Amino acid sequence: MSNAHLYMLGGVCLFTLGTYALLTKTQLLRKILAANVMGSGVFLVLIAGAYRSPSGLPDPVPHAMVLTGIVVAISMTALALVLLGRMVPGSRKGDKE
Amino acid sequence: MIEFAMDITLVISLLWLAWLLLAAQDMFKAIILFIIFGLFMALVWARLNAPDVALAEAAIGSGLSGALLLASLRRSGESGAGNEQRAGGLEPGSGITPGSATLNITHRLLTVLIIGLAGTLVWAAWVMPPQHSGLTEQVTARMQRSGVSNPVTAVLLNFRGYDTLLEIGVLLLALICVRSLGALPQFLTLRPPGMVLMAFTRLLVPFMVLVAGYLLWAGAHAPGGAFQGGAVLAAAGVLLLLADIGLLQSCPERLLRALAALGFTVFLLVASMMLQASGQILNYTPARAGAWILLIESAALISIALILVLLFSGGRFEKGRVPAQERDPVQ
Repeated sequence: MSNAHLYMLGGVCLFTLGTYALLTKTQLLRKILAANVMGSGVFLVLIAGAYRSPSGLPDPVPHAMVLTGIVVAISMTALALVLLGRMVPGSRKGDKE
Repeated sequence: MIEFAMDITLVISLLWLAWLLLAAQDMFKAIILFIIFGLFMALVWARLNAPDVALAEAAIGSGLSGALLLASLRRSGESGAGNEQRAGGLEPGSGITPGSATLNITHRLLTVLIIGLAGTLVWAAWVMPPQHSGLTEQVTARMQRSGVSNPVTAVLLNFRGYDTLLEIGVLLLALICVRSLGALPQFLTLRPPGMVLMAFTRLLVPFMVLVAGYLLWAGAHAPGGAFQGGAVLAAAGVLLLLADIGLLQSCPERLLRALAALGFTVFLLVASMMLQASGQILNYTPARAGAWILLIESAALISIALILVLLFSGGRFEKGRVPAQERDPVQ
């Protein structure tokens, strides 16, 4: 098993862990964390894929995509957090009272 | 062998941290674990020869995300057990009501589906060829024409400049959405900043501005660029807000709006000019490419930094406060 495969498998596990938490956890702030963990998993698969280059020089295209992804992820997080702050407590379906 | 042991340790630490942060009962603890998780990700990027990504992850993914999450937790006014109630869970651990037969079946079905998803993805990762050059050769062959010598910057701002244009658009759009939701409850005024924070900020901020400028300039030939520099500059802005130095608050609203839109505007103008001149979006002439990239990156740096600070403070800088100098910081 090569290093790249190890990190790719790690990325896949992170993505799955994040998906499971996103679907099962009820706290909204934790759902935001879970979405970020999912994103990190995807980035890890991409960068590990770029590391497989036989010349030793990693593929710069996935690197640029991940940089873009990190900025999009923080935009998503910031917007989600503000929406969370605007939520009226008790307005969700399934809340007590 | 040593390297492989390190790889295994890093991957296991990542998974363990992710598990801990998703399972921790206390939200504050979960956020701190998330920040540590981000720093471990940065280590992994450095290990996988991705220094550009490592810089961005350490500054944005770990630092600024952490600041945003902690600010949001502070705004909600509660942490830990109180937060569970407020966030509206029937049971803290899972979203499924215990004892309900249909929901238990749903939960089991979900678990099976997730295991299926994990299996498929593991298989897909496993069958990937161990060596693959991807687009490395194509990028290396065209580096001479890109105007810069750092391949990641060349891809970001020349070969795939379209992606980056849209990305800065997404950042601006997030800010517009946040601002359109109205003012958030103030939180920065809850506790006056301590002497150490204020003195430290005054010492550190000029250096951070210098580092941001250096990262922007170095991005042409070494790891760095507008995103990494913008994140460092944004961290300086967050420090200014926390230390209650009224530099950002004294900026007129129109100037803030103009600066936040500057990066996208400059990028869009350059792209339209290229479209007019050559019929292709962002198709620089090789001789001028370096200058165009520097212009776009400088504008983007300012906008990225300002948008990130504004997102941290909830879309607007809080006005009408006593300037720090006129107030006794220790009370």
